[in-house]
Amino acid sequence: MTVERRGWQTRLLTLWLPLGASLFFALFPFYWMAITSLKSNQELYNRKIMPLIVHQPTLKHYVDLLTETSFLLWTWNTFLVAVTSTAISLVLGAMLAYPLARLRFAGATLVSFAVAATYLVPQPLLFVPLADLINRLGLGDTLTSVILTYPTLLVPFCAWLLMGYFRTVPLELEDAARIDGASRLQTLVKIVLPMCGPGFISAGIFAFTLSQNEFLYALIFLTKTEVRTVPVGAIAELVKGDVFYWGQLMAAALLGSIPVAIIYSFFVEHYVAGLTAGAVKG
Amino acid sequence: MTAVLAASAERRRPAFSLGRWLEREGVFGWLMVAPPVVFLVALVGYPFFYGIWISLQDRQVAKPGVFVGLDNFIADWHNPVFWQVVANTFVYTTAATLLKMVGGLGLALVMNQDFRFKNLTRALLLLPFIVPTVLSTIAWQWILDPAFSVINWALMQTGLANPGPSWLGNPYLAMFSLIMVNTWRGLPFYAITLLAGLQTIPPELYEAATIDGAGRWGRFRYVTLPLLKPIIFIVTMFSVIFTFSDFQLIYVLTRGGPANATHVFATYAFDIAMGAGQFGQGASIALSMVPPLALIILAMAIYLRPAKS
Repeated sequence: MTVERRGWQTRLLTLWLPLGASLFFALFPFYWMAITSLKSNQELYNRKIMPLIVHQPTLKHYVDLLTETSFLLWTWNTFLVAVTSTAISLVLGAMLAYPLARLRFAGATLVSFAVAATYLVPQPLLFVPLADLINRLGLGDTLTSVILTYPTLLVPFCAWLLMGYFRTVPLELEDAARIDGASRLQTLVKIVLPMCGPGFISAGIFAFTLSQNEFLYALIFLTKTEVRTVPVGAIAELVKGDVFYWGQLMAAALLGSIPVAIIYSFFVEHYVAGLTAGAVKG
Repeated sequence: MTAVLAASAERRRPAFSLGRWLEREGVFGWLMVAPPVVFLVALVGYPFFYGIWISLQDRQVAKPGVFVGLDNFIADWHNPVFWQVVANTFVYTTAATLLKMVGGLGLALVMNQDFRFKNLTRALLLLPFIVPTVLSTIAWQWILDPAFSVINWALMQTGLANPGPSWLGNPYLAMFSLIMVNTWRGLPFYAITLLAGLQTIPPELYEAATIDGAGRWGRFRYVTLPLLKPIIFIVTMFSVIFTFSDFQLIYVLTRGGPANATHVFATYAFDIAMGAGQFGQGASIALSMVPPLALIILAMAIYLRPAKS
């Protein structure tokens, strides 16, 4: 952008006001989540009290959530599923990306077209046949059902992102390794992969947040408390009929968001790189 | 494989060696892509066509399906709720996409200035996009609660309304609320991606435009917009597909209610298939997403695609 000296009024109008409003809009729900989880029920359901602050903070909802529900188990399930499906997606994604980025072989165009098409298939299109398939395989109410299906949403993205990174490795390096007698596999493992670390982190973070976010398949495949993930557990078990346990729901929402937020905060730059790579390079 | 052997024999190569065979570009390439391709065919390709097959059956819970041809689709066609679902989905997708596109572009332009704590601000603004949707939507549900909505509290305090509207109980307001929450979640994605696009525009172009007499609007209209078009196209295409097929947000906030006023394809198909146990009918509703979605993508490709880049 051109550097212009502008008065503070312009700066206020074109920068701080819109920025402040956006930050307020973006962050208020999280503030609301946090303070609701700290209020006692008497305070929550009393319309005469000013609701924007907590008058008498209490950890009761957190204690109830951790002792009376299976929240910790759901957290563990969510984590296990996210880590496993991310790992599977990175491996399968790299196996697609490297040949498509670097090798010429019959059918390569067809494969890359198919991967792009898979990326665009929305989940709700597949839940009916997949539910039937999972049932026939006897995988209903097992974590395997989601560990198997989540990578279908993640592999195309990982492959697409990693292709960009594989292309940045100088061809001369690979040629040199091959001339020195390295096989294709050795070249890939010893030369190319180590240079694409940031790509794997970006794709991994992205896949991890997406699997934490998934809801539809988990809702359909996981109907027992022991195998539920946090989003499904919260919706299915902290709402009983018409009764919403708002304090516990907010505590669950906050605790469930924290792992993603922490991992994200460590790798913001990688996440943004992953988010924008496709659009900007594409 | 015999063909490969024959070919190498013809060229009078030395005896076949597995190691050398594996080093061939085509062989190595296919060995690598085969496992992921098989995986995607088994869990995306096969279910897609199997879904079409299910949609041609009268298939209910725990009963074998009976082939009925296009009956399910014909039933959809004559079902007024189905058409309401179509209209709802279009309203939801169009309004939310426009809001996200315009708001995201505006925010990206605001962010494309030098200011302190820029990286921190960017990280905070992206939070709505990375936090699991169901969890943040639960917070919104409480914000929009009929009895304890904080928005209504604010409206009452400022004297604008008393007692304040029922955000999820009134059909129009329910749709409006869903669009706002969808915008809340998706806008950062537009903003951050478009910001990355803005940063790739060389400053010389703006200088040249200024010399040619372009003002602030002229620079935006003739430099920023055309150069951003390819990115806007890709971002919007993704966003349209995922907004059109949205499930989580609507399932949590309204479950399609009140009186089907906010049912979209995904929630309606889910209700019919999983709630009512009509798998064939549900599959036909889900599949009905494909033609309109394909048309939208085609139209966008025609109008938004960069001429040639």
